[in-house]
Amino acid sequence: MEKLLSKKKVLITGAGSGIGAATARLFAAHGAELYLNARDELSLAEVVAQIQHDFPESNCEVIAFDVSDPDAVKAGFQTLFKKAKSLDVLVNNAGILDDALIGMVSAKQVERTFASNSFSVLYCSQYASRLMQRSGGGSIINLSSIIGRVGNQGQAVYGGSKAAVIGITLSLAKELAAAQIRVNAVAPGFIETPMTEQLPAEKYQQRLDSIAMGHIGKATDVANSILFLASDMSAYVTGQVLGVDGGMLI
Amino acid sequence: MIDNKLKTIFATALGIDEAAISDELTYGSIPEWDSTAHMMLVAEIESQYDIMLDTDDIIDMSSPAKAQTIIAKYQD
Repeated sequence: MEKLLSKKKVLITGAGSGIGAATARLFAAHGAELYLNARDELSLAEVVAQIQHDFPESNCEVIAFDVSDPDAVKAGFQTLFKKAKSLDVLVNNAGILDDALIGMVSAKQVERTFASNSFSVLYCSQYASRLMQRSGGGSIINLSSIIGRVGNQGQAVYGGSKAAVIGITLSLAKELAAAQIRVNAVAPGFIETPMTEQLPAEKYQQRLDSIAMGHIGKATDVANSILFLASDMSAYVTGQVLGVDGGMLI
Repeated sequence: MIDNKLKTIFATALGIDEAAISDELTYGSIPEWDSTAHMMLVAEIESQYDIMLDTDDIIDMSSPAKAQTIIAKYQD
């Protein structure tokens, strides 16, 4: 198998479970030098142990920080700078899902969701883009959502935070193109992750019924699209939002 | 006054003569020192001094003298 990320330095946020963990495993198989992020080291222990077991030659380090806290992001990237000196790929994956009808949305929920899902993308991209310039370019992949593109009832906050990710992606793609830094987004549909497992049975079935391909997506389906955008296979692709949703209609 | 290494970095990043680097030079005071050039200056400083600047310091770096002070902070 051709390794698509050989020696590429990669930071994946929210790598402890779901799409982040699947991406970390896939990237390890493709020879990436991995820096995995989560709020705390403990939540990454299982993923790191699996990677070290399955790919003993891989370089996989943990950099724990809260992406929603600008000071923590600053400290996290200083640590990354000391360890790696440069960066080739950033996957802005960390995020939270907290649904509520608009009448029941609290200010705290709005702040927490936007801080985790949107502001974090700005904070991390800000530092990552400077590290990428040291190696002559790079690729930033932001995790949006089908909800950020078409909306859904009960998801005004989540959808808004994921729509913001698209706006950030399109603007950064234009700003950073001259520095050979590509910025793209992935917009997953209904994907089997710990986040979607929280849904009530009735809502789960409703979502399933809306997928043209008739089945829920896997975290590896999304990880494969992230791999494409991270690798030189997409060397001339920037400012795009790639839907990974099996033809889902909301 | 700033040292020769930083003076050369400023001249290279802003595309101006070293003689034009003075204490009076400030961000935005000449057309060559715009936001794009400022980020090039930051990249050059980070690369030459092997440091990573905080965003607050990048925003605060409004003159060569200020840049010298900020860089010193990272070299302790």
